Amino acid sequence: MTGTTEPTEPTEPTGAAGDPGDTELSQPARSAGSVGPAELSADAEPSDVVHGPRRPGVPALEARGLVKHFPIHSGIGRTLLVHAVENISIALPAGTVTAVVGESGSGKSTLARLLTGLIKPTAGEVLLDGVPVGTGAKARRKYTSSVHLVLQDPFSSLNSVHTVRYHLERPLKLHSKLGRAERAQRMRELLERVSLTPAENYLDKYPHELSGGQRQRVAIARGLAVEPRVLLADEPVSMLDVSIRLGVLNLLDDLRSGENLATMYVTHDIASARYLADCIVVMYAGQVVESGPATQITDSPTHPYTQLLLSAAPDPARAETPVLGGRGAPPSLINPPPGCRFHPRCPFAMRVCATTTPAPRPVGEDHVSACWLHASGLTEDQREPLVATAEAVPVPVSAAAAGDLPDDGSQA
Amino acid sequence: MTVNGLAVPGPARREEPNEPVLEVRGLCVDYGLGRDAVRAVNDADLVLRRGEVLGIAGESGSGKSTLAYALTRLLRAPGVITGGDVLFHSRGADGQTTTVDLLAADVHQLRQYRWSEIAVVFQSAMHALNPVARVEDQLTDVLRVHRPEMSREERRARAVEMLRMVGINADRLRSYPHELSGGMRQRVMIAMALILQPQIVIMDEPTTALDVVTQREILEELMTLRDRLGFAVIFITHDLSLLIELADSIAIMYAGRIVERAKASELFHAPRHPYSLGLLSSFPSLHGERVRMEGIPGSPPSLAAMPAGCTFHPRCPYVMDLCRTEEPPLARPLSEGGGRVTACWLQDGRHDPPEPLARAVPLVSSVADADDLSRSTS
Repeated sequence: MTGTTEPTEPTEPTGAAGDPGDTELSQPARSAGSVGPAELSADAEPSDVVHGPRRPGVPALEARGLVKHFPIHSGIGRTLLVHAVENISIALPAGTVTAVVGESGSGKSTLARLLTGLIKPTAGEVLLDGVPVGTGAKARRKYTSSVHLVLQDPFSSLNSVHTVRYHLERPLKLHSKLGRAERAQRMRELLERVSLTPAENYLDKYPHELSGGQRQRVAIARGLAVEPRVLLADEPVSMLDVSIRLGVLNLLDDLRSGENLATMYVTHDIASARYLADCIVVMYAGQVVESGPATQITDSPTHPYTQLLLSAAPDPARAETPVLGGRGAPPSLINPPPGCRFHPRCPFAMRVCATTTPAPRPVGEDHVSACWLHASGLTEDQREPLVATAEAVPVPVSAAAAGDLPDDGSQA
Repeated sequence: MTVNGLAVPGPARREEPNEPVLEVRGLCVDYGLGRDAVRAVNDADLVLRRGEVLGIAGESGSGKSTLAYALTRLLRAPGVITGGDVLFHSRGADGQTTTVDLLAADVHQLRQYRWSEIAVVFQSAMHALNPVARVEDQLTDVLRVHRPEMSREERRARAVEMLRMVGINADRLRSYPHELSGGMRQRVMIAMALILQPQIVIMDEPTTALDVVTQREILEELMTLRDRLGFAVIFITHDLSLLIELADSIAIMYAGRIVERAKASELFHAPRHPYSLGLLSSFPSLHGERVRMEGIPGSPPSLAAMPAGCTFHPRCPYVMDLCRTEEPPLARPLSEGGGRVTACWLQDGRHDPPEPLARAVPLVSSVADADDLSRSTS
């Protein structure tokens, strides 16, 4: 990383906004925190609800109205768009852990990558300590030393031909002006901070000599080398053995209080999110459907999708077999369903759900839910149940493929 | 008696005490030969009963997959089976039970039993399915070999029926694996495994790569099919919390050994081995107070450098001097009856096990009954 290599991104296709069947994007999506479409009912809150833990002061990292559409060129001149992330505002205050939970293809990893700056948002902006992040090389370098990403697979995120020492020394060389002796001292401290002690035993090891948990600790230590303020952990434990997972989660917990880090923990495991996080943000098909304090989300979920996730999660303490509310798979993000994107699977779907996107509404303290069930002032006609569509859910074949698009989004 | 070409087990399957369909005794598997050999599975004893779900849980490298491959003789070099018996009690169409020693069987016998009586669902459906063959061809190929008397139309009809059983529309027959989502691929794998109505299905982490909702749907379908077709399942996974919901009995493996075997509810409420306890407390709960959990310190031993005595002793919070030198036998805890066994010196009756390992088994009759009911109606 020499700092000057900006991810190249084709200029935003201007025809994108006129995509049919999508109410939320039919406005010029440049203004941060754009207000929801006009056809939302009167009691709707403005849709720029900021998700994440509430703390006084300026959050370490804040995203406003992030939108990411990946273009797909079909070869005959028509450009399709994958609506990966839609109008998400999230704040990560220092000393907190925010968990982003969702199925694969829900856009949670895309959100993490947008926050790292590895991919550029289609619309919206990212603020570090309340200041918008610039686009120049210098600003980017400053940003990369403040925000760090920990990847899912420690087997491939560490270079197998280099030692632990190399992995830790490189960010120090690039981002600090420390001398050789100071760097060595710093590396020892880093390894001690992630409980790899004595550090001398690990510095000259190669990744293949370490266990999965140790490798992930090295990856986290490397992330901490540049003294970041924000740690974005994308499924950091899903590749690890169960007995080692808790160790890594507890390490993230210690870093929250010890280093005052703002952490975003991306996961599909809602139980571990409850264990670690202050706040859980539930994503479905590129949108936030519910967010709030972690225990409140798991103890009294208010969105049908959160309820579905919870009923599907393994839980040995459960007395009876859960009944799944909403079968099928997430929709294709190329042509997402109009209205609420969950409505084709939702057991409570009403007529209004199929036409208008629900805005996030407060349902408790710091707890918002984007569901028409929590809206007041709907007409009888709007409340009419949508039984027919709830029965026959087509399982889109492309759903899996559409969710796993290359994250850099470059076609060059 | 067949309905739609599928054998229907007698309605009394649940009431009669299920007889064993597979018995494993003292199975040992090595990787490598001579001095370089490491023991991957050591002295494994298992009994799988008809229609039962037997879970095998453990961390990666604990030997759970090796055990499964060994008992189907699918183990590839350098894996070598060095001892033990695997007895398969096959029930023929006439209701007669014949017993075969799978480890002594020759290639022809194995060919007769593999897939048609003992089927395997592998972990990665993307790798286990042939990427250049349509789903239909992959399903009907099995029938062409094992049911040569079937005509092309019958084979096709059977393939359609199997797909419908696992919840896939018949128009997917013409699809290639890459055109299916991960959940559908795994369903095709299950359909393939069940197409010859096996008596045993071995599932090696069948849902690990899937989303929770898809995982739950597939497991529900599997349990419904189990109730309908009466096959027994060996379910291998690292997700103990899932296994407790799913399995009838569970074997916990650590470093190649079975360290505890018990009914699922007994294991959950009253584990007897410190490793089982550690695994159980590695899964954060969805309810109650949030407390800091510590999991299991350290990491599993390398098979090439196994600690002396009990292999778990370097990580065990209750380690005693005895554990460092003597290997505990897999035995019934002295204080209780039932079919459960554990390999821990704390349970030999001469020591007082600490409170977490001495919890009384709750009056399981009601719990177990409720479990059974919910499972059969799921």
